[in-house]
Amino acid sequence: TKLDDSKMAGAEGDDSLYPIAVLIDELRNEDVQLRLNSIKKLSTIALALGVERTRTELLPFLTDTIYDEDEVLLALAEQLGSFTVLVGGPEFVHNLLPPLESLATVEETVVRDKAVESLRKISQEHSPVDLEVHFVPLVKRLASGDWFTSRTSACGLFSVCYPRVSSTVKAEIRQHFRTLCSDDTPMVRRAAASKLGEFAKVLELDYVKSDIIPLFTALASDEQDSVRLLAVEAGVSIATLLPQEDLEALVMPTLRQAAEDKSWRVRYMVADKFSELQKAVGPEITKTDLVPAFQNLLKDCEAEVRAAAANKVKVFCENLPEDSRETIIMTHILPCVKELVSDTNQHVKSALASVIMGLSTILGKDNTVEHLLPLFLVQLKDECPEVRLNIISNLDCVNEVIGIRQLSQSLLPAIVELAEDAKWRVRLAIIEYMPLLAGQLGVEFFDEKLNSLCMAWLIDHVFAIREAATCNLMKLVEKFGAEWAQNTIVPKVLGMANDSNYLHRMTTLFCINALSGVCGQEITTKHMLPVVLKMSTDQVANVRFNVARCLQKIGPVLDSSALQAEVKPVLEKLATDQDMDVKYFALEAISVLALA
Amino acid sequence: SALAMSSAATTPPSVDKVDGFSRKSVRKAKQKRSQSSSQFRSQGKPIELTPLPLLKDVSAQEQPELFLKKLQQCCAVFDFMDTLSDLKMKEYKRSTLNELVDYVTVSRGYLTEQAYPEVVKMVSYNIFRTLPPSDSNEFDPEEDEPTLEASWPHLQLVYEFFIRFLESQEFQPSIAKKYIDQKFVLQLLELFDSEDPRERDYLKTVLHRIYGKFLGLRAFIRKQINNIFLRFVYETEHFNGVAELLEILGSIINGFALPLKAEHKQFLVKVLIPLHTVRSLSLFHAQLAYCIVQFLEKDPALTEPVIRGLLKFWPKTCSQKEVMFLGELEEILDVIEPTQFVKIQEPLFKQISKCVSSPHFQVAERALYYWNNEYIMSLIEENSNVILPIMFTSLYRISKEHWNPAIVALVYNVLKAFMEMNSTLFDELTSTYKSDRQREKKKEKEREELWKRLEDLELKRSLQSDGIIPT
Repeated sequence: TKLDDSKMAGAEGDDSLYPIAVLIDELRNEDVQLRLNSIKKLSTIALALGVERTRTELLPFLTDTIYDEDEVLLALAEQLGSFTVLVGGPEFVHNLLPPLESLATVEETVVRDKAVESLRKISQEHSPVDLEVHFVPLVKRLASGDWFTSRTSACGLFSVCYPRVSSTVKAEIRQHFRTLCSDDTPMVRRAAASKLGEFAKVLELDYVKSDIIPLFTALASDEQDSVRLLAVEAGVSIATLLPQEDLEALVMPTLRQAAEDKSWRVRYMVADKFSELQKAVGPEITKTDLVPAFQNLLKDCEAEVRAAAANKVKVFCENLPEDSRETIIMTHILPCVKELVSDTNQHVKSALASVIMGLSTILGKDNTVEHLLPLFLVQLKDECPEVRLNIISNLDCVNEVIGIRQLSQSLLPAIVELAEDAKWRVRLAIIEYMPLLAGQLGVEFFDEKLNSLCMAWLIDHVFAIREAATCNLMKLVEKFGAEWAQNTIVPKVLGMANDSNYLHRMTTLFCINALSGVCGQEITTKHMLPVVLKMSTDQVANVRFNVARCLQKIGPVLDSSALQAEVKPVLEKLATDQDMDVKYFALEAISVLALA
Repeated sequence: SALAMSSAATTPPSVDKVDGFSRKSVRKAKQKRSQSSSQFRSQGKPIELTPLPLLKDVSAQEQPELFLKKLQQCCAVFDFMDTLSDLKMKEYKRSTLNELVDYVTVSRGYLTEQAYPEVVKMVSYNIFRTLPPSDSNEFDPEEDEPTLEASWPHLQLVYEFFIRFLESQEFQPSIAKKYIDQKFVLQLLELFDSEDPRERDYLKTVLHRIYGKFLGLRAFIRKQINNIFLRFVYETEHFNGVAELLEILGSIINGFALPLKAEHKQFLVKVLIPLHTVRSLSLFHAQLAYCIVQFLEKDPALTEPVIRGLLKFWPKTCSQKEVMFLGELEEILDVIEPTQFVKIQEPLFKQISKCVSSPHFQVAERALYYWNNEYIMSLIEENSNVILPIMFTSLYRISKEHWNPAIVALVYNVLKAFMEMNSTLFDELTSTYKSDRQREKKKEKEREELWKRLEDLELKRSLQSDGIIPT
């Protein structure tokens, strides 16, 4: 490294060219935007100065002048995280600590978080000795800072230094963490609670039991629900660390209490982390504890909690122990699910609809037909479009188990209704599922029932819908093939070229753009090209320049004789159009297709 | 994961809310909402209360005992989301609460030592509850109707009763402090997040009384308000009762003894100033500005850190907020001491000069109105040799370029005022305007060249390290 240093410092650190004052002036520019630009190029400045002057001049300057716009500080905090090489490599990395320490104490959360992120990053580049001599003292200073910001930042630094220090220092670190967990500002306790799981992971198992468990228990019964809910997350991580026989005594009482917390936010968190929790505690506790807890969450009085739990129904069932899975689902979970289907809150129903179809693979054909199908059908008729959409978008799961035919009778009215929904976002969503539906329902059903919908979207009054409809046609052709396209959709698309509304005429062009590739040379040359060429004399300039763009787009599909004999003269004519946009796109097409 | 908290509190966006074509106010108008806390729901069982005689119908000796019994009865909490349940009992509790309100207002000798814990218990049972999730994930307090508390018919009377109790002549803080303690205050403060403005209004009075009567709780209350604000600014940006808390603080600050303690100054600089950064500033700006000015009237030496703080957090994109900042700054300038003004005038007028040339005419106009303020004008005049050079370029340029004729007219007046104030300097600046611009352009060019050289260097370096050119 010594040799690298001298190389780095030598050639480029030319004082006459880049006096530090000039560079520092840039970092001090009155205009925030310019200051920000300079900070973002801090590595360039460091490079110009060379490693030694970066260490002795630039870094002290940065440390001393940390009073700036938060945006500038954020950029600085980020830069310093990858500055190791610019100060001369790992043996000098601790030179980066002073500015980052100051940044880790500022008020603005994003700056502080970024400083902590950079500190975590460069901690890995410290040797064990440097870690104890430079890094750990910094963590201790932050942990005992006066203002809450520095103590908050400290919480994120314990776990990165703990594994690589001596046992005396480890004891000190544990002590500091303990202190922060009972800090009198809730902000610090929240930070500590959110890092508890991560810290537990690097601790020796004995200390997890003796140190972490009491902290976890205390944080989980904090007076502030915002602290308690973070403890839930930590509890899940801690549970993965403990041997099965300790779980019941050490974490379950606290987690049970969290699942019944008086604050819905805590219960929400339990519901939200339920799958992780299930994995962490294993099959036995799942059976005895989690199943009843899950039932309660599905029946919670707050819709927020029910929705979070509903989201987990499939994964929870999937991960139940195989020997009792079906029984548990049928006797304990399904009754709750049935109630949720007619919940008063649409978010709950919609959360359920997004996973309920997944149960069919778990329960098999007979149970699906008998118990689930009626629920799907109810949800397909739900008043809320999102619920219906969620069911339709997950049809593939049912398709595998019972085939889609069972559903198609109910499916069709639901699709038609969504296709004509007054809200264009809903129409857009259903269009996006069309290719999937078409694949599952098969070409006959499609032609009979859905084709007309797909064509109707092409003349929707919202552009986004017409655009999506165009793209949808392309995907359908990919599924059903060019011959199908030629017989069913191409004639209709081309027919729109004579529409009196220029927007519809343009839709023809957009469709051709999308379809020529999948339809292939023959259909494109024989059927589409003549229509496009004919439209080059359209009275609306927007149509004409879209003809030029269309020709550019389909050019690669055509053979050279068609290009030369048919496309070229038309483009040349358009290139002399009186409208400048038409001219522009014609010339662009000529040059891209190399017809000049 | 402080953010996880706020996302936990919101519902997932639904398709119908995403539709940009339905106006928000139209969508919201449909729902006349009310809500109740989680704890009231799903109790199920009907509540039975045995009717008691009226307090006025029993002898004076029996009253204290009966008072306690009535307090105990009022601990029963009803589910108001279910409009059909317990109708008789709800009415009975309402009339009992009414009776209690009257009783504590007029009676003498009712407040025995045993009554204190019972009063606090009854109040706690009724008002302390987990606030339910907000119904709308995009609640906009400026446009949307707040969700009203369903149990208000009882809740209002409980608050009313509690305030009369606290204000009663017989009330003795020395006894009450055993029950109205830190934990009680903490729960009270959490309720300020209630969406119901009627409830927050009562809470404001309650907290104010407690702050006034319990000296031992004052520091604690201030600290917890601190925490609420810091969390609001740096973690969630959501708390409904900020304006109410600031209003209480306004009168607390008013009572601070001089010299100000370090704790109070820290509160000003590290909490009140950052509150300006919050998106929903408009909802509590008046109260916030009042607090700031209160501080400055107490201790003028704080002017410099306050103004520097405002300049640091000056809005970059939100013109409405910029107008608010300018308004607050004028309130500060109204009370500024000339010695303080001199300390801060340079950075201050650099900002004002930017505002004056804002393409948003309301911002420019608000800043130009400063020149209608006699006191500010006198300060500018005294320091015109410093301020004029800072302002001149912007004024000169917008007098020629601004799109809005009203702004141009205002700028002409300001230029005229400057000309009358200090004609020598004005002439000098006019004559050097062009050469100054050229010098600036030259400097700009030099900057660009410097960076170009630096970038070449970096490029060369990366080529070297890739072994493309030899070192």
